[in-house]
Formats: sequence, structure tokens, C-alpha cells
Amino acid sequence: MHEFSVCQALIAQVEQIAISHGALKVQSVKLRIGPLSGMELPLLEHAYPFASAGTLAEGSILEIERAPLKVKCEACGLDSKVKPNLLTCRMCGSCKTRVVSGEELMLMSVELITT
Amino acid sequence: MCNTCGCNITPGNREFAYKPVNGKTAVSVLENLLARNDDQAEHNRQHFDKHRLLTVNLMSSPGAGKTALLEATIDALRDKYRIGVIEGDLETENDAVRIRARGVPAYQITTGSACHLDAHMVHDALHKFPLEGLDILFIENVGNLVCPASFDLGQHKNVTLLSVTEGDDKPAKYPVMFRAADIVLLTKSDLLPVLDDFDPERAELSLRNLGSRAPVIRLSARKSLNLGDWLDWLIGELVQKRGKLASDVLVQPVAEPQSISSNTGMQG
Ligand SMILES: Nc1nc2c(ncn2[C@@H]2O[C@H](COP(=O)(O)OP(=O)(O)O)[C@@H](O)[C@H]2O)c(=O)[nH]1
Ligand SMILES: [Mg+2]
Ligand SMILES: [Zn+2]
Ligand SMILES: [Zn+2]
Ligand SMILES: [Zn+2]
Ligand SMILES: [Zn+2]
Repeated sequence: MHEFSVCQALIAQVEQIAISHGALKVQSVKLRIGPLSGMELPLLEHAYPFASAGTLAEGSILEIERAPLKVKCEACGLDSKVKPNLLTCRMCGSCKTRVVSGEELMLMSVELITT
Repeated sequence: MCNTCGCNITPGNREFAYKPVNGKTAVSVLENLLARNDDQAEHNRQHFDKHRLLTVNLMSSPGAGKTALLEATIDALRDKYRIGVIEGDLETENDAVRIRARGVPAYQITTGSACHLDAHMVHDALHKFPLEGLDILFIENVGNLVCPASFDLGQHKNVTLLSVTEGDDKPAKYPVMFRAADIVLLTKSDLLPVLDDFDPERAELSLRNLGSRAPVIRLSARKSLNLGDWLDWLIGELVQKRGKLASDVLVQPVAEPQSISSNTGMQG
């Protein structure tokens, strides 16, 4: 629901990096997002061209890498791959788990055109 | 570390690192997209800690009973604790009026069409709202189970309300929200006898399936059912918070007399 404003903040962050490197344009932006980030990827992808219009990031490629959802079990110590609404251990069924991957909402890297 | 020069590159993320190749430059950033919000939230938390407050963020779907819970809580604690409320719920404009009618200061954030509160909105409110002398500050978030949980406001604790008139599978449908909860309140429990499709045990199981160990309390603000359990939790958190603040002060290094005199130039 707030993907547009998050996208605007992302563009501001990317523009700042582009300016500090004296870039002419932004070529691509790479994100890493997990299923428990609270962000809807299609909405973010949809908002990107609108939020970047008229900025150094206009026309750039948004690449989103999906982080897998994994928990570590405190009972048996094993890692398992899980679904967002069932974060219990796949091995022993315990609900004493900790999410080790899947909450990411990261700007990983930016590719700039500098000459 | 800054996020622009590449000094945050570690062996684990070097593959993304800065590599200029014919006119193109790849810059590794590795920053959370909500970093600005998180920094502001940290600043807000310093305000709260300076005033020795416990700050509690209330989240739920619209109409789950956040304001009603605040009214009942204020009535119960009025004589012992000073409470303040920051209202961010746009559903019912008169929430702040309802709180003030209970004799407690309330500040209404005008969120426009925002679907959540963010740390900047709360910070603006903090500088217009007197925190002096308060024990507990409640922030009533926008009624929405989707995004408020993603935005740290600087609160110490998150309370998520699930009313028994909603589905008991809500935790499974909104895992981000329910995982963020430090306590889950099943509200309007006075209606349980007339609702045969809400099973509190199923609601709790749905929460446990998210790996959450948050306590679950069934209560009714309107009929004052089990309010005591909620108040005990709240006061317990306040006591813990104050204890922690006190011990943080104790472990701060105390300036030695010698360094004080050197600061005043007596030894130069
Ligand atoms: N039966 C019953 N109704 C309640 C209770 N708490 C709130 N309500 C009703 O639910 C509606 C929404 O309550 P409100 O506190 O404004 O919800 P909010 O939008 O989450 O702040 C109002 O009509 C309240 O009277 C309760 O404990 N029992
Ligand atoms: Mg309300
Ligand atoms: Zn296990
Ligand atoms: Zn640096
Ligand atoms: Zn939102
Ligand atoms: Zn401030």
C-alpha cells in the first residue's frame, strides 16, 4: 500500500549516490527482498517507472532478487525453508524458530553510467 | 561506515563491490530501504528514554477496539500513572477527542490518506506534545494490518489487537504484523458466546505457527473482562523499562576528578 512512497525514498537514495559519484545516469538498481519484508513486489515494480521519471534513474532497470524464507530451529538446531504463514521447523515441528533469511528489504547495489 | 564509498564491503558481499568498467561504475550499497525511517525511529526512542517513558504502539485492523482499549486503560490507571496518547488513526477523526474527554492529553496526527504512521510523523508530533511527566505514551496507529508493522516509530513495545469479530486465521494472513507483536490482545471477547466461528485457540495456534511466543490475552474493554491481565503486562513493561534505564545510567563511566580538573585547564 505504501510501495510508491518507499519507491520514492529509494529513488532519492539512488540519486544521492549517483550525484556523489558524478554519474550521468543510473543504469540499474539491484534490490534484495524477502517474503517477510512487508513489501509487495508487483506494486514496487509498478511504482518504479513513475517514481523515477524525471530523475537520474529514469529509464533504469530495477532488478529484484528474492531472498528465500528460512528459519533456524532452537529445539533441533536445523535450518528449514518455510512459507510465510508457517514458520515452524520442518524437521521437528517446533515453533521455537528464528527467521534467518526472508525479512530483507535491501538496496544491494547501483550501476551508474559515469562517462 | 558510509553507504557511498564502499567502506562497508566485507568478504561476504565483495561480489557486489565497486568495479568501474568502461564508463560504468557499480556501487555496493547494502542499505535497508527503510534506513531513513529507522534512523529517525532511533532518535525518537532517545526522546522517549530521556523522559523515562514506556512507549507502546497499538496496531490492528480498523475498528478492532484500539481507542476503546485506551479509554478503559486510562480509566483504570488514572490515579497511578500519567498517560499521553498520539492518535494516528484516520478511521474515526474524533479519537483524540474521545481520549481528551477522559482527561488525558492527546495529539492527533493528520495522516491524510497515509496507510501507516512513520517515524517522521511521530517525531513532528513529539515536538508539539509535552512528554514531561508522562509514564506511558500510547501511539494509536492507522487501522491496517498490512504496513504499520514495517515502520519502526521508536516505540518500545508493539501491541496487536485482533477482535473476535474478525477471522481467527488473521495471523496466518498477516504474518508480518503478527510477528511484530510483543503481545496479542483478542478484543471484544464479550461477544465470544454469540460468535461460533471465532475460536481463540485456533487464533493462538495460528500465531504460534509464525514462531511467535508473544502472550495472548482475551479481553473486553467494554465489559472490563480480563483487563487486569493486560494492565499487569503493561505495568510490568514500564517497571522493566525504568529498571533498565536506571541500570544504564549506573554503568555509564563517571568522570574522574583528575580529568575534570584537566578539562578546566588547572593542570596546564
Ligand atoms: N462488544 C464490544 N464492542 C467493542 C469493544 N471494544 C470496542 N468495541 C466497539 O467496536 C467499535 C470500534 O471501536 P474503536 O475503539 O473505535 O476501534 P478502533 O478503530 O480500533 O480504535 C466501536 O463501535 C466500539 O464500541 C468491546 O470490548 N466489546
Ligand atoms: Mg481508533
Ligand atoms: Zn526443529
Ligand atoms: Zn565510507
Ligand atoms: Zn503503508
Ligand atoms: Zn527530536
